[in-house]
This record gives sequence, C-alpha cells and structure tokens, in this order.
Amino acid sequence: MEPYSEKVMDHFMNPRNVGEIENASGIGQVGNPVCGDIMKMYITVDNGVITNAKFKTFGCGAAISTSSMATELIIGKTIEEALTLTNKAVAQALDGLPAIKMHCSVLAEDAIRSAINDYLVKTTGTGLPGWKPHEDEACQA
Amino acid sequence: MSDKRIVYLDHNATTAVAPDVLEAMLPYFTGKFANPMSIYSISQDNRKAVEDARERISRLLGAGDGRIVFSGCGSESDNQAIIGFAMANRAKGKHIVTSSIEHHAVLNSCKYLQKQGFEITYLPVTNDGLVRPSDLEKAMTSETILVSIMFANNETGVVEPIEELAKVAHAHNAVFHTDAVQAVGKLPIDVSKMGIDLLTASAHKFYGPKGVGILYANRKVRLDPIIHGGEQEKGLRAGTENVPGIVGIAAALEKALADRESETSREKTLRDRLERELLARIPESFANGAKAERLSNTTNITIKYIEGESMLLFLNASGICVSSGSACTSGSLEPSHVLLAMGVPAEHAHGSLRFSFGRDNTDADVDAVIEKLPAIVERLRAMSPVWEDHLKEGR
Ligand SMILES: Cc1ncc(COP(=O)(O)O)c(C=O)c1O
Ligand code: FES
Repeated sequence: MEPYSEKVMDHFMNPRNVGEIENASGIGQVGNPVCGDIMKMYITVDNGVITNAKFKTFGCGAAISTSSMATELIIGKTIEEALTLTNKAVAQALDGLPAIKMHCSVLAEDAIRSAINDYLVKTTGTGLPGWKPHEDEACQA
Repeated sequence: MSDKRIVYLDHNATTAVAPDVLEAMLPYFTGKFANPMSIYSISQDNRKAVEDARERISRLLGAGDGRIVFSGCGSESDNQAIIGFAMANRAKGKHIVTSSIEHHAVLNSCKYLQKQGFEITYLPVTNDGLVRPSDLEKAMTSETILVSIMFANNETGVVEPIEELAKVAHAHNAVFHTDAVQAVGKLPIDVSKMGIDLLTASAHKFYGPKGVGILYANRKVRLDPIIHGGEQEKGLRAGTENVPGIVGIAAALEKALADRESETSREKTLRDRLERELLARIPESFANGAKAERLSNTTNITIKYIEGESMLLFLNASGICVSSGSACTSGSLEPSHVLLAMGVPAEHAHGSLRFSFGRDNTDADVDAVIEKLPAIVERLRAMSPVWEDHLKEGR
C-alpha cells in the first residue's frame, strides 16, 4: 500500500472532535463491524447550521482520519452545504488517500448524510429523499 | 523517528541475513561470479559450491536419495510442488486435498488448478487451528493424487500433525506435500522419517537471503517444471543458478539448526511472557491457537472492538513492528482467512496482531510492547462505537 500522507497521519494520531454529543440534533451510524468499519456521527444543528459535530469510529487509520476531517469540514456549514460534501473532497482535504482506502472516505460521507437524515426525520418527519448508504463493495457481509 | 530504537517482532514476515551467512555469500557476487553451467575451472568451482550446498541441506533435512531443488522463493517451490506435480500426474487423478489455513502461495496454486479442471478439497480446522487426520481420511478418494498441508501456520504458529496426515495420504496412495516455510530452522525435521514426499522452505525466514527457496522431492515423485528453459536443476528449474543465494541458504540452515534448541527455548520464554502480560493487561483479548502445539516464537492475539491497522500505526509510531493478519494480505480488507477458519468471528478477527520473535529480541522488547500496547488499545477503544456498545450491554 502507498503510505498515508502526513495530514492523514496527523488526523489519525490526533483526531479532532472525538466523542458523543448529548441531546444531539442528529445521530448517524454507517458501516458494519464484520467488514471492519463503523462510523457514528453526532451533529448539533442550530438555525439550519451545524454548530457541533463529534464522531466515534471503529476502523483503520483512514477511517479514523476521514471521520476527523469530515467533522472539521461540516462544523459551521449549513445543512445544504454539508450535503454537498463528497468523499473525494474529504480525501482531498487530507492530501489524498491510498487507492484501496477510498472506500473509508465514502463511509465518512455516508456518516454525515446519515446524521443529517436523522436530524431531518426528527424535525420534519421526512428524511433525505432517496437516501441510503453506499454499498460496500469490498465487504460481503 | 530515525534515531529511535526499533523493536522488530515480525520475524515470520522476514529476518535479517545473519552476518556469517552474508560473509559466506559475498565472494560469489564478485570474484566467484562464474556461471556454474560453463566448462572452465572457475565455473566448476561454483558448480561445486552449489552441489556442496545441496548435499549439506539434503543431510540436514534427512533427504536421503531424494532431490533438493533450488528455486526463487518459497512461493515458487509451493507452485512447483502443487502445479508441477498436478500437471505431471493428472492421468492418475484430478483431486487434491489441502487446508483452509494455507499460505496464499498454496491456496492460489490450488485455485489455478481448479480452473484447469482439478477438484480441490479445502479441509476445515479446529478452533485451535488443527487439521484433523480423520477429516483428511474422509476427504480422500480414489482420484486423490496430492495432499498439501502446511507444517506450521505463519499467522498463529500452530504446528500441524504432519506425520499422521502423511500416513493418511500414503494409505490412499497419494503424495504428501508440506509448506514448511515457517517450520524449517525452528523445528526438527526429517523428511524421510516423517513421510514427507515434497517440502517447501524459504531462506529469508531463517536468516538467509530473500529470493532463494528449496523444494525437497522424494526420488519417486514425478514433477513437471513450471519454469521452462535451460537444463539447470536437472531440467526441473531453468535459470542460471543463484550461486550466492544457494550458498547462503545452506549456511543459514546450518546455523539455524546448530543453535535451534537453545534459541527456540529462549524465544519461547520471551513469547510466553509477552502473551501472559498482554492478556492480563488488556480486557477482552485472547490468544489464537494457544492450546495447540505452536512455534515457540509466535503469538497471535485478538483484541476485540478495535481494528488491527490502527493498532499497527500507533505501534509503528513507537518503533514497534508487528503485523496484523498476514503481511501478504494487509492492504486488503479481508480479515485473516486463518482466523476465520478457526471460528474467530470476522468482527473480532479484524482486531488481531501477530508477534513473532527472533534472534535479536530481548526482554527489553517485551517490556516495550507491554508498556505501549495497553495504552494504545485504551485510546482506540475510547473512540470505538463498538466498544461503547459492548460497555452498555455489560451494564
Ligand atoms: C507459510 C508460508 N508459505 C510460503 C511463504 C512464501 O515464501 P516466499 O516469501 O519466500 O515466497 C511464506 C512467506 O510469507 C509463508 O509464511
Ligand atoms: S475502514 Fe475499511 S479499510 Fe478503512
């Protein structure tokens, strides 16, 4: 495997926003422990703006660092802005990921959407239209 | 990071060439460079060096009148033994029995043969990682030409009941191959006494150079070459002989066997202490295959609710080199096929580490891991949602 970038290693060794939020506006969880990865994302939404985000992740170095970067990228953003965040943007913000680790960034994108979906269900009664997490092609579970 | 002491606990992946092995090899890179197939006297000296190495290895492995064939690595010898044997003997039958815990050099050779019309049985193992001779007995048919079961597993160190398995194979007129890459140099092996017809070894696992393997073959076993070309190795393996490598593998095997008993017991003491201390300090952890006979240098520990790569990265940051799963498959997302075959659930298999000791290790290395790993585990568990769920269930 190609080595991780310095930024990936920094977010892995010193992850930002680890933890839980009590009374979070939305909680999302994606992944599967059988496949070796689970991300749980908590967000606080105030007036349509994500004011806080925290995560807990079971997974590889890339999974932990993309979770960390994803929380940094959405804090201060509106829901609409956060929904435009792609896994590629998360990977880019980390100066790239080894090719076989791109699916870990997909997990980060999905975790955000899952948390936003939960927030929308709780506040409006309907979630993101047609939302469902990506299939993890690498994992057969 | 460069001046930090490195704690290397990955000797099942590879070892450093021993200084006296290197010294024995060096003349053959420069002064004694001649091609052993040529007729002039400097070539004949090198021919002698190759044949001398072959004889010494033959004696050390109890090969009797069997052949020692030099190859480019353990993987090549596995391919040679399985594919070369199957091709030469397919008129006798097209069924091969192996186990589900083999190295990929064996598993993928078998998969290739499957595509060529062979039928392969992959035997299960017990929770301790052992192939049962009774399962082999049941799998044998009149079509079975070859049984290939590894001597010792690279991930767990579990040692298979080779003599019993060979007996079952022979009772059904099949040939018995063993991938002994992890066993040679660490365990006493006498191919004739143990009933082994084909045996694979690789120099870099016992302080020899990378890129040299051997295949022992009983004289009665017919093999087709898989590398075609010149007449080297009696037409079985074309390619100008790797003279320094061949000199190196013989020197390495001699040295490994000379101090085998004292060194394995020294490493066992280190391994046992590491295992005991880690299991005591890390809740929800267990050692794989620990109830079976194991290589005394290996322990494989599953640490539940966290993932192996993240532990490796933190350990590496402390200068500690170990592996998770097997080194050849890291970079893939599959949890270890060996642990899955032993019945370890996939979600736990992801959190497994292999520690493998060697000559250079001391008590200080054990201390370093005992000091660092429990804190790394705590840190990763603190950010693991699966650990959180586990704690909630416990309440
Ligand atoms: C059990 C086993 N078989 C085969 C091999 C392959 O040996 P080599 O690296 O020399 O091709 C290895 C090495 O990882 C091994 O552990
Ligand atoms: S989370 Fe699956 S490899 Fe990264």
